[in-house]
Formats: sequence, structure tokens, C-alpha cells
Amino acid sequence: MSKNKVLLTDPLDDSNPITVQVLGICSALAITVQLKAAIVMSLSVIAVMAASNVTISILRDLIPNRIRIIVQLVVVASMVVLVDEVLRAYAYDVSKELSIFIGLIITNCIVMGRLEAFALGNGVWRSFLDGVGNAFGYAWILILVAFFRELLGSGKLLGVQAIPDFVYEMGYVDNGLMLLSPMALITVGLIIWVQRSRNRKLIEQG
Amino acid sequence: MNIRKILDTVKKPFEKGQKFEKYAPAVNAFDTFLFVPNHTTKHGAHIRDAVDLKRTMITVIIALLPALLYGIYNTGFQYYSQLGFAFTTLDAVIHGSTKIVPMIAVSYIVGLAIEFAFAIFRGHEVNEGYLVTGLLIPMIMPIDIPLWMVGLSVAFAVLIGKEAFGGTGMNILNPALTARAFAFFAYPTYMSGNKVWVSEASNVDGVSGETILGMLASGESTIPYDVSQMFYGAIPGSIAETSTLMVLIGALILIYTGVGSWRIMLGSVLGAALTGILFNLWGANELMNFSWFNHLIVGGFAFGVVFMATDPVSAAQTTKGKWIYGILVGLFCILIRVFNPAYPEGVMLAILLMNVFAPTIDHYVIESNIKKRLNRKIKSNLNVA
Repeated sequence: MSKNKVLLTDPLDDSNPITVQVLGICSALAITVQLKAAIVMSLSVIAVMAASNVTISILRDLIPNRIRIIVQLVVVASMVVLVDEVLRAYAYDVSKELSIFIGLIITNCIVMGRLEAFALGNGVWRSFLDGVGNAFGYAWILILVAFFRELLGSGKLLGVQAIPDFVYEMGYVDNGLMLLSPMALITVGLIIWVQRSRNRKLIEQG
Repeated sequence: MNIRKILDTVKKPFEKGQKFEKYAPAVNAFDTFLFVPNHTTKHGAHIRDAVDLKRTMITVIIALLPALLYGIYNTGFQYYSQLGFAFTTLDAVIHGSTKIVPMIAVSYIVGLAIEFAFAIFRGHEVNEGYLVTGLLIPMIMPIDIPLWMVGLSVAFAVLIGKEAFGGTGMNILNPALTARAFAFFAYPTYMSGNKVWVSEASNVDGVSGETILGMLASGESTIPYDVSQMFYGAIPGSIAETSTLMVLIGALILIYTGVGSWRIMLGSVLGAALTGILFNLWGANELMNFSWFNHLIVGGFAFGVVFMATDPVSAAQTTKGKWIYGILVGLFCILIRVFNPAYPEGVMLAILLMNVFAPTIDHYVIESNIKKRLNRKIKSNLNVA
């Protein structure tokens, strides 16, 4: 059981997809301006990764090795379409806001990476845990970045004003740089800096 | 009791094995500021020279002083003359000082606090690099920027521009320009437009405090300043960049002492002049019609090229590389001015861009040199045979 637990906890810190493996950076830049978008994106990625990891794991003995990438693409694509349809049905506004980015989950390197590296060689339950774990590792970084970008960039959280009026009256001004994509990279960089100074074994030797 | 003895007594508890050993870099910083360090090299023979990082930095500060002093005067001058008050030179200097001295203080306090904290935390000595950066940052800001924005920009530049890369000497970008770029993108309304360049102009209607480049970018063709005003610097702009004359005095100091590279400065001027002449011939908008010579003396071009493009850490290092780097800084500066109406002044972005490319330029210069020498060797071997 503890071996399975590692599948869930490891991607949160030691092998985090964003801060350690540096995958899925594109979406970390694109949809972290607002917390709400980041949360919906995270949930979608969790759903897609769990479902496609399970599917590929079930099919892993049936998939011919030479066409496995195509099969993986088809599976991920169908999951993405499913998520997109659900969002359109139940959260139309958010889905419009995220527009192309839900569709682009398919290009998220983490999804394909876990299928290749894990689901093709492991059982269904373990693959499920691995998918969920990696998606959570992705999600919490995304949400953390979005938290700082929305708070400092537009003074809001989830669209509600979070910085009180008297702070503005004292002369505080929202930081426009936080809304630009470079600042997402820098925020991720700062998270990596903090993580590595706390978790020394991540520092490469030499 | 002389200063040396006082220092030695103060340093006692900070020596190796003593109680405050950890905080030694902080005390050593003051010690080496006052005295030549007594470290000796351990192996081999070395040529010792009196020039060290500290003397280099002090030279740059001396070179900056004319521009700073004129900037202080010009701040007051613009304030009183644009708002239409009668004033004396002394009034102008006093007004400028009350505005600028706090900015310099904030810049040094925030920057040095971070530097000292990192030195103690990482266990190395405090570097003198911030002495210049700390003075440069307020000098290139608009006069009315709130002090907390100066402090935040300084913190960003020192933390992310410098310490994240490993401290003084390791930074890719010029820290002073990193601070300005941060403020520029984070607080655009405080860093550009027509109300920020004259002290307290934002409180008064009908004050035209726009910079010359700003006027040109918004399509005005008549400039209410003549060439001598542009050259001597009695125009609105960032605090200390307006006077080309004062910058030239600084440039002479830097070139005479060998601290700043004349190749980079001359290269930039050539690059900007050539680009300016080409655009003069084209002449599709007001900035293109603006005489190439005027392009050189307005805006921060002169200041940036003399004091920031020549930063020995972030500039190109090879002789040929310095020419290429300089010419491209000049070229991009004019290009950005002319083609992007959102950025009437291009020198900051031009230098930052070339900072990024400087290592690549050096790499190819060195590679081509190696190739040339190899070929020469092969040829001479063939001749012998």
C-alpha cells in the first residue's frame, strides 16, 4: 500500500511535473491570470489524466508497440472532447473563457508523458493513482501561480476584490507585470527556487 | 586610537570560531570599504594592481555625479518653469534634492539589505556591485514615482535579476535596467505618458510635461525645444538622463580611466546614427523625420549607452564582440523608437535585448578566431612541407 501511496505523493513534490520535470509550462503561462480558470483547467487535467491513464492501462497488452503513440493520442483526444462537452453543458461561461486551452490539454506533455512512462507498463489501479497524483502535482502549482497572479495583478481572487480599498487609498497599485506571461515563468521560477532550497536532494550535482 | 584599531576591536566577535562568525560578511564589507583587504594569494606569482572592484565602482560613481547633479537641478527647473513660478537656482536644487535624495536612500537601503542578507545566508563576502546599481536605479526613474515602487523594483532587480543567477558578476541582464523594466511593465501609468516627467505635474492641468520622444510618437511635429536645450538637458525626462553634455563628461571619465569600453559607446553611436540616417531618408512618421543627430541627444540614449550598455558583466567581452554589441544596441534603440509607438524610448529594451545576446556574440567571435588561427597554422605547416 505504501508503494501505491508514493505514486500519489511523489509528483506533489519530489518529481513534480512542472517544477522538477518542467513539463506543461505552456498552460502554466496561458491560463494562470485568473484563479477560476486555473482551477477549472486543473480539474479538467485531473479528469483527463485519470481517465486516459486507466484506459491505456487496460489496453496496454492489446496495443501494438509501433502504433502506441497514435493510440494514446486517440484516447487522450476523446477524453479531452468529453471534458470539453461537459464543461460546455454545465459551465458554459468558463468554457468560453478557457476556449482553446481545454482542447490543448492534448498537447500537455504531462499527459502523454505519463501514458508512455507509466500506464503502458503498470496495472489499472496503480495507473489511476499515478495519473491523479501527477495531475495534482500540476494542479497545485497552477493554482498557486494563478493565486499570486490574480491577487497581485488585479487585486482580486476568484473575481472578487481581495485587496481592501484602504490599501489602494494609501497608494497601492496593482502590478501590471503580473498579468503578462513572463511573470508566470518568473513565478514558477521562484516556486522552484523555494522548493529546491527546502528539498536539497533536488539540486543537481556538479 | 585609529580606525584600524577600532575596526579590529569591533571585528573580534565575528572572527572564525567566535560567537557571530555567521555575520562576518556584513562587518567585513565595511572593513574592505575603508581598507585594502589583507588577503594574499596562496599559489604562484600574481601581478597585483591597485584597481579592484571597489575602485572601479567608485570611478563609475564619480562619472555619474555630473549627470546626477544636473538631474537634481533640472528636476527643480522643470517644476518651477513648467508650473510658472519664479525661482532661483538654489530653489531648483532644493526642490530636486527633496525629491531625489529619498529615492536614492530607498534604493540603497532596500538593495543593500538584500545583498547583506544573501551574503550572510550564502556565506560569501558582500560585493560592491550594488554601489553603482543603487545610484543608477533612481537616476533612470521618472521623478514622481512613489518610493515603494522604487523599493519594489530594486528588490526585483536584486533578487531575480542578480541573486537568482548567483550574485554580482553572474547576472545576465543589467540590474539597473531590470529594475526599470520591472517598473515600466508593472506600473505603466507611473512610468510613461505625458504627466510623469515633470515633478508634481499630475496635480496640475495644462502642464505639458511630455518628453520630446513622447511628443513625436503621438504625431506632433513641432518641438518646443531647440537643439541646444536638448544637448544641455533642460527638457523633461527621467531624472538624470536629460543632459547629453553631463553624460559626455561621465563618458570621458569612464574612457580615460578605462572603466567603460569606448568601443561599445562608439559602436552604439555609430549604429544609432546610421539607423537614424536611413530612417531620415525614409521619413514615414514624425520619429523617422526627426534628425538622426537629435535622436542621439534626446531620451535616454546617451545615458544608457555610456553607463548601462558598458556594464562589464552583462556586455560582450571580446573586442570584436563589443563592436557588434554596441552597433546592435544603437540599431535596436532607434528601431524600437521608430516602429513601436507604445515605447517612445527604446534604449532600455535595446540594451536588455543585447544583454541576452552578448554571450552568443562572444561565442561566435571566439569560434571564428579559433578557426582563423587553425587555418593559419595549417597553411604555415603546408609551406614548410
